[in-house]
Amino acid sequence: MIELEGLTKRYGDKLAVDRLTFSVRPGVITGFLGPNGAGKSTTMRMVLDLDNPTGGTVLIDGRHYRQLHNPLRVVGALLDAKAMHGGRSAYHHLLCLAQSNGIPRSRVREVLDTVGLTPVAGKRTKGFSLGMGQRLGIAAALLGDPQILMFDEPVNGLDPEGIHWIRNLMKSLAAEGRTVFVSSHLMSEMALTADHLVVIGQGRLLADTSMSGFIAENSRGYVRMRSPDQERLKDVLSGAGITAVPGTEGALEVQGEDAAHLGELAARHRIVLHELSPQRASLEEAFMRLTAGAVEYHAHANHQPPPPAAPGPAWGDDWRKKGS
Amino acid sequence: MSTPQLPSQAPGYWPGTAPAAGGFVSPVPMRKATLADAVLAEWTKIRSVRSTMWTLGVMVALIVGVGMLIAVAVQGSSPAETNTASPLALGFIGVLLATICVITLGVLTISSEYGTGLIRTTLTACPSRSRVLTAKAVVFSLLTLVITLVSTLAVAAVHSSVLGSRSTYEPTGGDWLRATVGVSLFMALLGLLSLAVGALVRHSAGAITIMLGVVLLPMILALFMMMDSLRGVRDALLQYSIPAELAVLYGTASGTGAGPTGWEPVWIMAGLAAVGLAGAYAALARRDA
Repeated sequence: MIELEGLTKRYGDKLAVDRLTFSVRPGVITGFLGPNGAGKSTTMRMVLDLDNPTGGTVLIDGRHYRQLHNPLRVVGALLDAKAMHGGRSAYHHLLCLAQSNGIPRSRVREVLDTVGLTPVAGKRTKGFSLGMGQRLGIAAALLGDPQILMFDEPVNGLDPEGIHWIRNLMKSLAAEGRTVFVSSHLMSEMALTADHLVVIGQGRLLADTSMSGFIAENSRGYVRMRSPDQERLKDVLSGAGITAVPGTEGALEVQGEDAAHLGELAARHRIVLHELSPQRASLEEAFMRLTAGAVEYHAHANHQPPPPAAPGPAWGDDWRKKGS
Repeated sequence: MSTPQLPSQAPGYWPGTAPAAGGFVSPVPMRKATLADAVLAEWTKIRSVRSTMWTLGVMVALIVGVGMLIAVAVQGSSPAETNTASPLALGFIGVLLATICVITLGVLTISSEYGTGLIRTTLTACPSRSRVLTAKAVVFSLLTLVITLVSTLAVAAVHSSVLGSRSTYEPTGGDWLRATVGVSLFMALLGLLSLAVGALVRHSAGAITIMLGVVLLPMILALFMMMDSLRGVRDALLQYSIPAELAVLYGTASGTGAGPTGWEPVWIMAGLAAVGLAGAYAALARRDA
């Protein structure tokens, strides 16, 4: 259990982390999502007591990180894949970490085996690829067999097989009842792994919700319609009080209507349809929309998940403009 | 804050049913980590990197190798040339050259962690910054002390046995202690000062440059202070420069009477190292890693 209470970090004029309050619970994977520079890594560094907060507190199972006697036994963290001395072998890198926490030497071989680095255990880490460095960092995080795991962008630099492996690893760690806190700037990655979602933008909390809740709230569907007689279709739709907006490839997009209902409507007016397809906006789009409006959502100081933006006439255009 | 939604997929654990410490209990045995564990970890760190071993090797080679070369050179010359000086003093040049190795190693012991980002891993494993710095200081200073002591003892033994007959000066027990234990302590303390500067500056090249300046600049500055009004400053710079203090321990200081004598250089260096380390402790505790 990690509990953040009004956590704030200020660098000069810039507020990197702004009164973050949320908790990370055991047994689930909590995704920590935000665009680059949102303050994810700064927050994680403050959890680990590497950076001193300007205000607020972070507690790990009710204690400050500095009060932990064997921190590696409580929290395992992967912050930066390159946070190692290039001249030291993978084995010795892990050995000195194990020794500093009184962890048995046998654990070093075990975690090297877990991450699949046993064949290169004696090699200096200078020659490691980014993916191998990432695996070594994960081995270090697992060294103390901790109940809390924090991964900062763990899939960076991993090949597809490695990405698959880390996803399954995180799921099995959470299934064992551990707390798994993983940051990412990729919504698609989080959608595959996280059960709970904490979204921040410009250091502020934008959403603290379950993954399914986030999907339901943020990815609204629409129906794509295409017809050779586009003008008549438009007239019929507006005649029925339905707003259609022009979409890509000359299609019409209708929001908030059932595809079956629209099909029947067209059939009643004997309009030929070339396409009638229900669509779902990707989570990536929903995430970009959410974070693009970081300032706007500042008003929701009670940290409720922000309400979905009112569907405008040109749905989807607003985030594209802000995103580009 | 939104009401936490109960996890829908948590096979092994349900919040509220497990002890407050968390649902997961590791089978790996656990005991409270101490300073001894941190010292052991630092020892592993220092011995598992090639650059450390190389620097130490060069240091021994300089002290012993240069000492032997001098012994050979003096032996080849006429006996009269060394007749009043202590034969132990011939070890000075080798140790003076070795100061560069001690400075480099002392700085790198901590600054290389900042350079590579390893410091964040280290502090995650051991959040007590004073413990990390203490462990580094203990391991590094003991290593330097032992290696310099063995090297200077070997050189002193060779010099006194091979060249002792060529000098009228008979080294006393005090001379022996100063030229071996005293010099080794001085070097270890110089290394600690370098470690402290490395921790304060957090940049290898910068810290090494500063330390080389501390060693060399006083003598160079003094060279150009020819005006009479600056005589006091010039003399102090010369007498208290690090090479001059090292020479005092070897009993070869220019005999003007002023300046440090006997064991004083060791106490001076101990004071400098203490001030430096105090600054390093304070900075480490306050700064973000």
